[in-house]
Amino acid sequence: MNASRTASVPLLETRNLTIKFGGITAADDVSMRIEAGRNLAIIGPNGAGKTTFLNICTGWIKPRAGQVLFEGEDITPLPPRKIVARGVARAFQIPQLFTEHTALENLLISVSAREGLRNPLRDMHRIRQRDEMMTLLEMVNCADVADRLVVELSEGQRKLIDIAVALALKPRLLLMDEPTSGVASSEKHKVMEILIAALAKANVTSVFVEHDMGIVSRHADEVAVWNTGKVQLRGTPAEILAHPDVIRDVIGEELA
Amino acid sequence: MTVRSTNHAASPARRGFPARQILTALGVGALILVPLLAPHLQLLMNLALAKGLAVLGVTVVLRAGQVSFGHALFFGISAYAGAFLISAWPGADLLVVLIAGVLGAAISGLLVGLFVARYRGIFFGMLNLAFSMIFWSILEKFYHYTGGADGIRLTRPTVLGMELGRVNYELVLFYLAIALMVGLGWFTLRWLASPSGQLFQTLKTNETRLEYLGLSPRRVLLSGYVLSAVLCGVGGSMMGMTQGVVTPEYVWWVRSAEMVFIAVLGGAGSVRGAFVGALVYEIVRIYASAFAADIWQLLLGVFLLVIILFAPGGIMGIVDSLIGHARSARKILK
Repeated sequence: MNASRTASVPLLETRNLTIKFGGITAADDVSMRIEAGRNLAIIGPNGAGKTTFLNICTGWIKPRAGQVLFEGEDITPLPPRKIVARGVARAFQIPQLFTEHTALENLLISVSAREGLRNPLRDMHRIRQRDEMMTLLEMVNCADVADRLVVELSEGQRKLIDIAVALALKPRLLLMDEPTSGVASSEKHKVMEILIAALAKANVTSVFVEHDMGIVSRHADEVAVWNTGKVQLRGTPAEILAHPDVIRDVIGEELA
Repeated sequence: MTVRSTNHAASPARRGFPARQILTALGVGALILVPLLAPHLQLLMNLALAKGLAVLGVTVVLRAGQVSFGHALFFGISAYAGAFLISAWPGADLLVVLIAGVLGAAISGLLVGLFVARYRGIFFGMLNLAFSMIFWSILEKFYHYTGGADGIRLTRPTVLGMELGRVNYELVLFYLAIALMVGLGWFTLRWLASPSGQLFQTLKTNETRLEYLGLSPRRVLLSGYVLSAVLCGVGGSMMGMTQGVVTPEYVWWVRSAEMVFIAVLGGAGSVRGAFVGALVYEIVRIYASAFAADIWQLLLGVFLLVIILFAPGGIMGIVDSLIGHARSARKILK
């Protein structure tokens, strides 16, 4: 009974999401199921509504119509913090970090929020989870800059720390907006490999918006193609990247 | 190379020679000797320390990147709570008066905080100002209860059941002020370095991420706001008992602005700076008004201007850079 229920209820589901900004339809009756354990890439031209989709799923923007369900529960009216508390974390296209803190401190703050640490006399640098956070920093190749203020780091490093801050929350679903943009192209695949392996190990499902088709073909289990507020196509990377519409609308644009 | 911000969990002083701690200990030691070596300065210092405690409250809020122009509200509420208590119960114990005042400040901090925590920047500053001025007009107009502009006289409270003479009472207040400075200063430093204090300070840089860590920025701000109200309250109670009278001037907006002024002077956001700033401010104020009665405010203004232009880190910023110079000089000599 339980097993069949888990199998039938997707991790995240949207039903008939609709939202418009002025004349632009960013989501047009979007119904989508995201199953646990698979890494879904979202691709599509600029302005197709990819980031808006992440904003709606995390409660930052409320849809005009439709619902978002996480593990079968309606989370549409909840503010982001309550959705995060249920196990959805987010990394941003422009890293959202605490700029007056170091890389390690950004993670320590995140884990403090996760654990609800309140002892006013305990130095944050001496909390029990410090080693765990150092391991996380090592995982994203940033251990050597642990004590540097994040404003001094490269855009690529900041992106990775932003992802690590989200991972420190131990989410079940991680939404990432262009995780490797800004990361040096020679490093991209290595970073993604480490990341995807870490997600699998921690049992985290991921949804990531991506423009780099190399990354999509190698690291996604599934691809959804977004266009003018709709999910145009969905399938395996091999199917999708060979599709004539995708070559014309998405890949063509990327190459241009 | 490791660069650390000034409002940092791990103060640079932790590593290597503890210059800051030693200077702090020397400063506290010098204060302890004031009644013996310079008794004429005792009252002045006592008032400065009471003010310093209130400035510490303003400093806490500054750490979240917010400036309040109304924190004298909690200073005044606490002082008046103590005054009402003593009027109703002459000979109440000093500690009871202090606790009553702090409770008043904490409760009003929570109530006002629930409202102002929604706002940031200029709106936050002005709303705080509005609340303090509402309370000021209540104190002025409800003459029968508050004594209006004349305020309320505080008879001398007992100390642990003892009725003390003026000299001993003032000594007790002076050393209590030092103990509160050390205790609450230590607590505030520890809190700022703790997870809750660090979360509070992220309000200054990224509320979006804070929300995406699963926390409500308003509630995070409220927690620090109540702490800041309590600190202002401790300062207000001490000021009331030291001066022996409380007047609506305690919550007048100039008093709030003065607290911000002192916080910037001492080093915006610096815990030690709150007290150093208050001591320097009072000394400059007293001597400037004694020797240049007509232009002392002008002198203070120029003083602040010089600090903002040439030492944006305030007095503590200057001290830190001197410690830094001494360190690098020592390294070179080695």
